Amino acid sequence: MAKLLKMGMMLLLSPLIWADQPKSGYDYLQAETQAMQDDEFANPGMATVDMGHALFNTPGNNGRRCSDCHGEDGEKLDPKKIARYPIYNPELGRPFTLQQQVNFCWEEHLDNIPFVPGCTELVALETFVRNRARGEPVNVDISGPMRPFYEAGKALYHTRFGQMNMACYVCHDQYAGQYLRGQILTEGQTNGFPEYRLGSGRITSLQRRLEECLRSFRAEPFERDADEYIDLEVYLNARGNGLPIETPAVRY
Amino acid sequence: MVCRYCQRIIISLLPLVVSPLAAAEGFVPWQAVGDSIPQPLGGLTGDASRGREIARRKDLGNCLACHRLPIPEAGFQGTVGPPLDGIASRLNAGQIRLRVADESRRIPTTVMPPFHKDPTTLNQVADDYYGKPVLNAQQLEDVVAYLMTLQ
Ligand code: HEC
Ligand code: HEC
Repeated sequence: MAKLLKMGMMLLLSPLIWADQPKSGYDYLQAETQAMQDDEFANPGMATVDMGHALFNTPGNNGRRCSDCHGEDGEKLDPKKIARYPIYNPELGRPFTLQQQVNFCWEEHLDNIPFVPGCTELVALETFVRNRARGEPVNVDISGPMRPFYEAGKALYHTRFGQMNMACYVCHDQYAGQYLRGQILTEGQTNGFPEYRLGSGRITSLQRRLEECLRSFRAEPFERDADEYIDLEVYLNARGNGLPIETPAVRY
Repeated sequence: MVCRYCQRIIISLLPLVVSPLAAAEGFVPWQAVGDSIPQPLGGLTGDASRGREIARRKDLGNCLACHRLPIPEAGFQGTVGPPLDGIASRLNAGQIRLRVADESRRIPTTVMPPFHKDPTTLNQVADDYYGKPVLNAQQLEDVVAYLMTLQ
């Protein structure tokens, strides 16, 4: 009986504790790695920010540059708006990610051939743009037309996949702080993406990270920019609403 | 790489062509009684030293990703699952067999992968692993035999 009561209490309390206070992957890093992320000169992801900055100032086929509208250093970009992505795109009737927005401008406003989703240049531009909003709390609005996509992402987060029959929540909601071999598990928050990975030594977009998680339990990843990835991004970003943007985060 | 649908056809034809291989890779149905699978899969006998090797290797059982085991040469051992030293004094072979074959039968929200679950019940399996359980029946029995040595 006492055990049942205790379980009941935990069930009542745990959603409160956890829904209100998402925890960044940063909090699970060793102090030296945190220091590396915080120091602009030591953070290896800053090389990608610089690459994005250069592309931001490169003329497109019509001679225009991103910086013509948004400022040479992106100073006319509004960090509050960047923190809201993915946003609802009424023309598509679907959510639009920050990476898709960048690619849209590249094609429509600079008259360029669009990038392949997830390619190096596009991720570099996305990294530069999201870095402009460093420190801004993530703030995805899921009250209106975004709601069904948030729910779809949440359902995927709780769906089992692959030969090992795993779902995102079984690792990231139940075992944050525990070790999978030498690797500490975190809540799987998205506020640091695109992020620099010390293991592979390269910048990693969110979709690439999700591919790695899916492969790790022997599931076939989705196609790049598949609705499933976009819906997951809506859910994951909204789940971390309030966490400061860390792009480019440093992770293992 | 062969696509999933062609692979499904190839796999369904495989038993006709190379039955010994298919038997080594395939799923052997089992019957749970309460929280246990009393009968060894396919009537096979496990080998504890092979089981230890399977538990250690990352490409096979990779049990150490989550559990602590008395395998000192393995380095980092996970903390996601309970330590398994002394497991045979808590559980019998049938109970261990069910937990390794499919722990989600007991605990629906478990993180522990099912090592011998009917592959047709799995969702979106990567092409390279399509149609196979993580461990075949012999490997599963080897792991059970190894855990039974951990008194
Ligand atoms: C078998 C365990 C496991 C499962 C299941 C899993 N992941 Fe992960 N995931 C990891 C590990 C290990 C890492 C790297 C360490 C960390 O950040 O937790 C990681 C990292 C992440 C990160 C990056 C966090 C950061 O701060 O950089 C995200 C986001 C993520 N996972 C999302 C997901 C989603 C979405 C799913 C389901 C499609 C999923 N994961 C399924 C093990 C898992
Ligand atoms: C991804 C994590 C993970 C992996 C890999 C894993 N386990 Fe587990 N295992 C667990 C967890 C967690 C539990 C506890 C049950 C629960 O809460 O879901 C468990 C429970 C068990 C139990 C029952 C323990 C008890 O005291 O009741 C046995 C036996 C076991 N595992 C054996 C194995 C073996 C053998 C392997 C490898 C062939 C393995 N596990 C791989 C996570 C894992």
